[in-house]
Amino acid sequence: MTVQRIETAVTRPADADLDLLLMTRHFELTLLRLFESGLIGGTTHTCLGQEHVPVALRPLIDDADHVFSNHRGHGHYLARFGDPHSLLAEIMGREGAVCHGIGGSQHLRRDRFLSTGVQGQNVPVAAGAALALKRREPGQLALVHIGDGSWGEGAIYEALNMASLWRLPLVLVVENNGIAQSTPTAEHLAGSITGRAHAFGIDHISVRGTDVTAIRKRLRQPMMRVRTHPRPLVIEFETIRLGPHSKGDDTRDAAVLRALKEQDWYARYERAYPEQFAAADRRQRDLAERCAREVTARPLVRRNEGENPR
Amino acid sequence: MVRSQRERVSENLNRALHAMLEKDPRVWMIGEDVSDPYGGAFKITKGLSGRFPDQVVSTPISEAGIVGLAGGLALSGERPIVEIMFGDFVALAFDPILNLLSKSVGMYGRRVPMRTVVRCPVGGNRGYGPTHSQSPQKHLIGIPHLNLYELSPFHDCSALFGRMLAAGEPAVLFENKILYTERMYADSTVDDLFSYDFPASSDGCARVFLGSPDAADVVVIAPGGLTGRVLDAARRLFLEHEIVCLILVPVQLYPFDASSLPPAIAGAGRIVVVEEGTAGGGWGAEVAACLYPRLWGRLRAPIRLVTSADRVIPAARHLEDEVLVQADTVYDAVLEVAGA
Ligand SMILES: Cc1ncc(C[n+]2csc(CCOP(=O)(O)OP(=O)(O)O)c2C)c(N)n1
Repeated sequence: MTVQRIETAVTRPADADLDLLLMTRHFELTLLRLFESGLIGGTTHTCLGQEHVPVALRPLIDDADHVFSNHRGHGHYLARFGDPHSLLAEIMGREGAVCHGIGGSQHLRRDRFLSTGVQGQNVPVAAGAALALKRREPGQLALVHIGDGSWGEGAIYEALNMASLWRLPLVLVVENNGIAQSTPTAEHLAGSITGRAHAFGIDHISVRGTDVTAIRKRLRQPMMRVRTHPRPLVIEFETIRLGPHSKGDDTRDAAVLRALKEQDWYARYERAYPEQFAAADRRQRDLAERCAREVTARPLVRRNEGENPR
Repeated sequence: MVRSQRERVSENLNRALHAMLEKDPRVWMIGEDVSDPYGGAFKITKGLSGRFPDQVVSTPISEAGIVGLAGGLALSGERPIVEIMFGDFVALAFDPILNLLSKSVGMYGRRVPMRTVVRCPVGGNRGYGPTHSQSPQKHLIGIPHLNLYELSPFHDCSALFGRMLAAGEPAVLFENKILYTERMYADSTVDDLFSYDFPASSDGCARVFLGSPDAADVVVIAPGGLTGRVLDAARRLFLEHEIVCLILVPVQLYPFDASSLPPAIAGAGRIVVVEEGTAGGGWGAEVAACLYPRLWGRLRAPIRLVTSADRVIPAARHLEDEVLVQADTVYDAVLEVAGA
């Protein structure tokens, strides 16, 4: 059966990868619990089902590269910094918050990492960063994450045009999870993302599955080429959104959600490498719980005019 | 009527949309995720796509595109209503609003009616963060042929939509998200202290008063989204200081018709204008500019503007509270003006 073949084919993950995957998973699950118990308000979007994307990319990016993230960016942040405390503190508005509680879940900035809550906004910004890198720091690249839904925004096409014309070292990572808020991809996107990339003379790579080792192996060469021969590249991950869009706003059938769960990397790794998985799962579950306890106990961030200047 | 039985503002709005689509097949509802079962990010479009499948369009995430599309429909004699999921993203549609919708009315040598409404859920106090909490009203003030309105718990939405579409000019309707779960007021009663009415000459402005509508120490002018906070402040000002506020809630923000305001405004001589937008170049300044020439010589204190702070709106609730206008902000301002 095909399903079994895929499962046995999952490469044994490096401990560090498995830990990062599970750190992200348990972080997001913890967030949803904190929301339910009223300890967090506002809005947030979890990346449940998509954690493997930034984990696979992690070693292909170095600290001098820019990463631009979107509204569903917790996994991107954790993959880059491995620091759940500063992120949870930001979301909870508590001490140690990476942006002093002003940005919140969708507006994170740290070193060369920047996220936005405005769809499509980050692609021209990433193109600008790529232009600066090309000029000042050749060999570095700017990587930007967007969803399938963001392809509705015109700003993306303006950016792709410039990036291709000017041969910018820009990697556009599309996390195509088949849905935008409540709208299935087939109902918001005509043609294909491949076709759209090709229209600008930009290479497009399709990535299926959740095997981080295999995905990374496949992407190493093309990512290296972006550095040595600057040109934009579109990498489209076919992925799934396991959770609600935000909180409690999932209108999909239970049957659909069950089918998606079958494709979750979590179950696949658990079945393929039970002992390694169990140990890492315990570690990361504990870490998430400790993190939640510790951050929840911190005082609220104090107002500091300097941090939210006029 | 018992408080809990009154219709919620969101229900009133949803009912108005149902009525508009039912009454006129040229009325459309267009926006991101507006179809059932989702029914829009704030559930305002619930039930519309099932009843009027040909008039409801769930779109890609394309604010500029959607508003441009609405322009094309309006130029073809249709009456599109567009929902911008969060009013903050009206920024992406600024060009079609400025250079297409409003211009089309007046740049072709003879008037071209553009019957369209752009609905913008706005405002904070929900912890949604810097790009999902703003009140962008001020950015759209002063555009010829563009009318700005604001949702209120006093004004019935069916009448409001009728008015906006009848004007033949494009409208932007600002809907303070905080109102969606609030109840509409009915039967001239606000609570045990305050009553309200709609003076005949006043362009639909609601007048909220304590005792007599003609006598007040301070007149507070505030759009619908501020109603709860202003009422809170007015109540406490009366109970603690016996300061009597008359609250005026205009439904049309721009153009602002100062000539239609009730005469009590001159009698009091003390005026506070409140808005949730951040300080600087705001709606309150526009209102004050309209009022000064009319009231010059009769004012006992400068018109006092109350706005949110000139800052980014933080995501953390306790920080957000300090930046946005709250009941206390209004209370302090009125107290100061009353003593002036
Ligand atoms: C300019 C703009 N319009 C609308 C939204 C509201 N919104 C937030 S996420 C989202 C859906 C995004 O879908 P997709 O790009 O597929 O990413 P996913 O949520 O599936 O990760 C929408 C419509 C927004 N944040 N910004």
